[in-house]
Amino acid sequence: MIQEELIKIEKGSEPKQKIIEALLSKDTSVTLSEDSLDHEMILNMGPQHPATHGVLRVLLRLDGEMIVNAECELGYLHRGYEKLAENMTYHEYIPHTDRLDYISPIANNVAYCMSVEKLMHVEIPRRAQLIRVICCELARISSHLMAAGAMGMDVGALTVFVWTMREREKLYDIFDILTGARFTVSYMRIGGMAQDITPECITMIKTFLDGLAEATKEIAAMLHKNRIFIERCEGIGIMPPEEAIDVGWTGPCLRASGIPYDLRRDQPYLVYPELDFKVITRTECDALARYFVRFDEVAESVKIIRQCLDKLQPGPIFADDAKIVLPRKEEVYSSMEELINDFVLVNFGQAPPKGESYFAIEGSKGELGWYLISDGTGQPWRSKIRSPSFVNLQGLSRILEGAMISDVVAIIGSLDPIMGEADK
Amino acid sequence: MTRFIFGCCLQARKLTINFMFAFEELKNQVPDIEIVPMDINGTIGAIIPRENIQDIARLIKEKFGFTHFIDALGVDRNERKMRFEVIYNLRNPETKERIFLKVRCDERDPHIPSVVSIWSGANWHEREAFDMYGIVFDGHPDPRRMYLPDEFQYHPLRKDFPLMGIEGSIPLPISEDMKVRMN
Repeated sequence: MIQEELIKIEKGSEPKQKIIEALLSKDTSVTLSEDSLDHEMILNMGPQHPATHGVLRVLLRLDGEMIVNAECELGYLHRGYEKLAENMTYHEYIPHTDRLDYISPIANNVAYCMSVEKLMHVEIPRRAQLIRVICCELARISSHLMAAGAMGMDVGALTVFVWTMREREKLYDIFDILTGARFTVSYMRIGGMAQDITPECITMIKTFLDGLAEATKEIAAMLHKNRIFIERCEGIGIMPPEEAIDVGWTGPCLRASGIPYDLRRDQPYLVYPELDFKVITRTECDALARYFVRFDEVAESVKIIRQCLDKLQPGPIFADDAKIVLPRKEEVYSSMEELINDFVLVNFGQAPPKGESYFAIEGSKGELGWYLISDGTGQPWRSKIRSPSFVNLQGLSRILEGAMISDVVAIIGSLDPIMGEADK
Repeated sequence: MTRFIFGCCLQARKLTINFMFAFEELKNQVPDIEIVPMDINGTIGAIIPRENIQDIARLIKEKFGFTHFIDALGVDRNERKMRFEVIYNLRNPETKERIFLKVRCDERDPHIPSVVSIWSGANWHEREAFDMYGIVFDGHPDPRRMYLPDEFQYHPLRKDFPLMGIEGSIPLPISEDMKVRMN
């Protein structure tokens, strides 16, 4: 009865009602108490909502203030990057990877380039590997600071957001010196990277890391004993480990459920096997645990970057393979062979052998990988992005069940979804 | 050395041998099952007939511990027979191994049994594959489109869908202002 009425009401105002039907027909695990309010309400949240971290639309079925069911709708930022990838060469696609997880673009570059390198069986020199690890960890710090700040802002601690943004501003300055761009960097190339890291940049990174310890201490002082923050985040959005695995969660969200899954340890790539760092796990499984995992991972990333900077030795930053690596510009202008290679690579792209390959790195949100299928030409036949935000959001309706409506923003914030990545 | 950088491929070899035994066992139970094991750049995979995917998925989850559902993707192979393919990317959280399962279906009959009842994580991935390729997953609890609007009729990642889209395939919202101008 109620459901029919609700559909009728929605029909007038909302042309798309399949999502509402799905919301109403979904089984719920929430048991309503005796004095339930006896009337249900459907509340639309997003896509234009400041607390949904982008264009995420969530439909909530409420009983009073309690959420009986929730349904996500994605696709407001769908740009069809998988279709675009099939129509361009492997190099041309690198700038598009920046626009996926736009909070940590450099890690996306690394994930994509390494997927292509695995497909082509290329190995990059040691210095390039170290620089890639430094870049990945800087991106992780950037993303986790953003997540911590945004989560604080979602529950009302505005100052922390400004402080984390201040630190991220310093990171953008580093990216500016390192890559030539602040936000969408496109730094990696297949078989290496655009330019070498300069001593000036290394000094900047070292200064940043020294300052970061102080800044994280300030943030910890602001949040970790803050009663409002703790009480608003503790015990909400609980995801038991078995269900987290079943839904397919990865990254900090899964580690907050007590499962030490980290691709840097479990499927080591680049120079991670040589580095000394801890995989942070928590067993509370709630929103606060997810926040703490991210916060503690920042310190581990700092440790990793320091080790990498110590190991950094002069050397080449490009793999030695003229059929794959773009030649340097000065060589293109002075040597015939390089000019021909450049022409072929730019016009037809690298031609990897026929086959398929999957490679993933531990991105800041979770397992970030590409499944590439090559038909032997310069353009991929299929390029599937395994985006962690998409999969982590899949668990959202599960953890929203039974929560209060005031906790929704904190729960979404604790998942740290980036819609550019979830919508592809 | 390349192998070391891209993860533990030697483990995968060992696992292949284990799986060969498992597949043999399965063949004894179902005599005419055809499983084609393959090497996907260092990770093992297998092509599985679509009638048996649910049985094999259950076996792989319960007997081999592949409980972590990482990804599922559709592929348009652009071949006359068995045009579409769905690849499941699974992981064992205990042994840290990975396996790819492939299921193929024909263009005229693009139906594949859903594995949502085995891994609930397959839900959105299968919706995405339906959205992009029009592969219908039988028994899916929520068979809606994932990204594109419900009134959109095409499946854009098929190879016969043009990159620039099809004109008029989706009605754009027209404001009152525009209507006046068009009249």
